[in-house]
Amino acid sequence: MKQAAMTLHIRNGRLVDPANGIDAVTDLFIVDGKVAALGTAPAGFSAGRVIDASGLVVAPGLVDLSARLREPGYEYKATLESEMQAAMQGGVTSLICPPDTDPVLDEPGLVEMLRHRAMNLNQAKVHPLGALTMGLKGKALTEMAELTEAGCIGFAQAEEPIEDTTVLLRALQYAKTFNYTVWLRPQDAHIGRGGIAHSGALASRLGLAGVPVMAETIALHTIFELVRATGARVHLCRMSSAAGLELVRAAKKEGLPVSCDVGAHHVHMTDADIGFFDSNARMTPPFRSQRDRDAIRAAVYDGTVDAICSDHTPVDDDEKLLPFGEASPGATGLELLLSLVLKWADEYAAEQAASANGAGPLARAIAKVTCDAARVAGLQAGQLAPGASADVVVFDPAARWTVAAAGLASQGKHTPFVGYELAGQVMATIVAGRVAFER
Amino acid sequence: MLNPQLNKNGELQHLLTIEGLPKSVVNHILDTASSFVGISDREVKKVPLMRGKSVFNLFFENSTRTRTTFEIASKRLSADVINLNIQASSASKGESLLDTIDNLAAMHADMFVVRHSQSGAPYLIAKHLTDTRQSHVHVVNAGDGRHAHPTQGLLDMYTIRHYKKDFTNLTVAIVGDILHSRVARSDIHALTTLGVPEVRAIGPHTLLPGGLEQMGVRVFTDIDKGLKDVDVIIMLRLQSERMSGALLPSAQEYFKSYGLTPERLALAKPDAIVMHPGPMNRGVEIDSAVADGAQAVILPQVTFGIAVRMAVMSILAGTQG
Repeated sequence: MKQAAMTLHIRNGRLVDPANGIDAVTDLFIVDGKVAALGTAPAGFSAGRVIDASGLVVAPGLVDLSARLREPGYEYKATLESEMQAAMQGGVTSLICPPDTDPVLDEPGLVEMLRHRAMNLNQAKVHPLGALTMGLKGKALTEMAELTEAGCIGFAQAEEPIEDTTVLLRALQYAKTFNYTVWLRPQDAHIGRGGIAHSGALASRLGLAGVPVMAETIALHTIFELVRATGARVHLCRMSSAAGLELVRAAKKEGLPVSCDVGAHHVHMTDADIGFFDSNARMTPPFRSQRDRDAIRAAVYDGTVDAICSDHTPVDDDEKLLPFGEASPGATGLELLLSLVLKWADEYAAEQAASANGAGPLARAIAKVTCDAARVAGLQAGQLAPGASADVVVFDPAARWTVAAAGLASQGKHTPFVGYELAGQVMATIVAGRVAFER
Repeated sequence: MLNPQLNKNGELQHLLTIEGLPKSVVNHILDTASSFVGISDREVKKVPLMRGKSVFNLFFENSTRTRTTFEIASKRLSADVINLNIQASSASKGESLLDTIDNLAAMHADMFVVRHSQSGAPYLIAKHLTDTRQSHVHVVNAGDGRHAHPTQGLLDMYTIRHYKKDFTNLTVAIVGDILHSRVARSDIHALTTLGVPEVRAIGPHTLLPGGLEQMGVRVFTDIDKGLKDVDVIIMLRLQSERMSGALLPSAQEYFKSYGLTPERLALAKPDAIVMHPGPMNRGVEIDSAVADGAQAVILPQVTFGIAVRMAVMSILAGTQG
């Protein structure tokens, strides 16, 4: 039975679509799950539903390069249902999940099952990363072609660096054969192992084992040398240091096929936020010095950092209310991503933009969580040109909200931003033309 | 950020670290300790300051010496002492650290003396007590990971004050494994708080943490230079598992490079004192001739330690949560 066309008219919002260079108050018309037109209604359009976006921003749905959904294996920490709801509340319409589930995403069947579960929920689009090596053990390659067929968009080692550089070389050679992207968090397999805080004066003072910056830079040197040798495309996950970003900047200038992201918390926090051993500030990689944090903010602005992700990692109370070194690292992020990116726009980009030309701070910020992130992941998402999938977020950039465990849909309630007042509240999230969340 | 060890009146609620303690509080503890030193020589070695109070010694990490001195201090204050040795880590034991705390608090504990292998564990406990409206229960940090051992730091200060009277003209050297030492960190904070103009840390680069200079410390890798004209030498214990491996090649080479011998002691001021938190490794960090020599004050440290712990516990017991 053919249904009547689903139509949606989002009226009078400030449409910010960085991919297409649009930042203007206009109307958005959606037909059959796709963007039909901007500005003037297409011929014969009759709105099934009108959303008045006066005073609100209308942007492409967010693309999050890293969100742990904790399925399969860690359902006590979070379930697909809770985390997909969190994505909707956060305006995230596409997300990439790393392979460090239990079991690890190293078999096509597991990937199919996860995608099937996610598709049935009909909320955010879930794009898994397959494991680069079996069990993430860094020994044997996974069936990358099969995993790609099952829906993996790239291959990663999550938090398990490969010890044997020969295996990493082979993995990049093999990935290059089929033009797959390899996602690596630059972290030496040995230096910093067991470390729980940025090596520096604060870690020394608190007596916390350190993770030195060289753990990141040594890994980067190795990766870049292997990229030179193989030509494989590598996406560097969760950059944390000024020195590391400087190496990425140079590698990009050299023309190496690399991109990188940072976690949204790292754009704002430093090791000083550990305070008196606050386990909410226990993160991987660790929050680093203010100099590093400032370098991250600048690198987002100058484009060295391609994307900002939530690095959403739900951790339950039992694993967080522990002494700092025993607590599980990670923070909830899906519902904070938009606000944390806007915070960067308010605090950093606004200052820079005052003395420069080009896109305004809001557009720059949104690009990092929409079109730029989609480009890195190779997804057709993150923009609102006619014909594109109508994945949209409508938000109030001025509305302030206070981060509190009770208000979060995610089962992960821990973030160092608990108690902070943040600007930017999602009013509606639209996935393929369907209003999936409304406040 | 509020200092979690002071109550809203600025009084000492918990003793978690020496860092950030006002100098007046440190001096008050040392003065109070001085009034307790004589008690141990009396025929009746008890005062009734904590009669009817329950002190729980919660040792998540092995320790005989520290636990015993806390036990003696509690008993001399007439408190009831309960010793709990929870050797397994809180995670593998099945019961979480905070569940253990809640259970013991329900037994009407008045004070927890906590030793834990994780830096910051006593902070977690203190915060939890506040969050659950049990802030009348006091926490004393008896050593947490590499972070702090404040009563050791205070007894070291008591010892230095006893022999040197004035802190403001001293040069103090701390020798050995600074990286893993909570004693070193507490001593550094205490010495700088009390106005010691020069604190030195001496050791090989593998045992020196970064950022020492920011703590007000002058770093030496050559012990002969580091000991020159110092008034106080604090030797640190070298854990046996660190004597050979990637940190140090061997105990023999360590002794050769950093062991305190009579010849090296002679580089310090003639009236310099030698301290050690114990237990000592003779022939590894310290030569027996020095450990047993006239300048060593290692046994008086132990005696003063009881008075200092009595002072800390009685002051905390007198603070309202």
